[in-house]
Amino acid sequence: MTIDWTNFTPWTSLAGGILIGLAAAILLLMNGRVAGISGIVGGLIPPREGERSWRIAFLAGLIAAPLVYALFTPLPPMRVVAGSGALIAAGLLVGIGTRYASGCTSGHGVCGFARRSPRSMAATAVFMLAGFATVFILRHIL
Amino acid sequence: MIALFAGLIFGIGLLLSGLTDPAKVTAFLDLAGAWDPSLTFVMGGAIGAATPAFMLAARRKHSVLGAPMQLPVKQSIDRRLLIGSFAFGIGWGLAGYCPGPAITSLGAGSSAALIFVGAMLIGMAAFEGIERFRSARRPATITQ
Repeated sequence: MTIDWTNFTPWTSLAGGILIGLAAAILLLMNGRVAGISGIVGGLIPPREGERSWRIAFLAGLIAAPLVYALFTPLPPMRVVAGSGALIAAGLLVGIGTRYASGCTSGHGVCGFARRSPRSMAATAVFMLAGFATVFILRHIL
Repeated sequence: MIALFAGLIFGIGLLLSGLTDPAKVTAFLDLAGAWDPSLTFVMGGAIGAATPAFMLAARRKHSVLGAPMQLPVKQSIDRRLLIGSFAFGIGWGLAGYCPGPAITSLGAGSSAALIFVGAMLIGMAAFEGIERFRSARRPATITQ
């Protein structure tokens, strides 16, 4: 293993992580809800009465984030690594997989660890390993 | 309003952390290549910042604004959890997008994120359809 020191961004990544954690804390303590993105989106398919507005508001906040961010500083790079076919396959896998697993990086990886849930820790271990294996196969075997 | 604000802070955190850059995410997942460990700092910072709130929430029945505290109750590590997480991880490695960063990238006008999110919504709708079909076919005696 070689570490890519030139692209390593410990401080901005740590600061970004703290903001993510604070946002999850705000949603939990104020609204009583877990900031799991796949669950927030999944709860809108189909939309349920009384459950709709906070979900749409949270997602609108996510989408507005680049607009607000760009007011202060240029947006960070967004280097796409997959073609249209792979993006579609990836989207389908992420959509169906996160709903079966009841969570993704935010719900299991962040909130699940924050509440010390063994179920979320197992989910995180599995999706991390699958991600490592997928990139290994794509870059070093195929 | 609170949810909008929380979403905004969450999205800004994703942008600042580097998670909206698929090349950075796949560089983290590429252990055998030039490994970029930045994402461990994102996870560490996020878990650290959220932990006190979850410790507090575990002892409360209602949120500060009086809403019921809705924490996950399921604890079983079952096949659905493991297979679902495995499928998610493959998709994550393929494109370098997980749900939050992909949705945030929509606001930056990313056409790749638009394709990904479109497919993700179809995947979620497929889950919903499969679940309904299965519960409709299940005999009434076991559904209680």
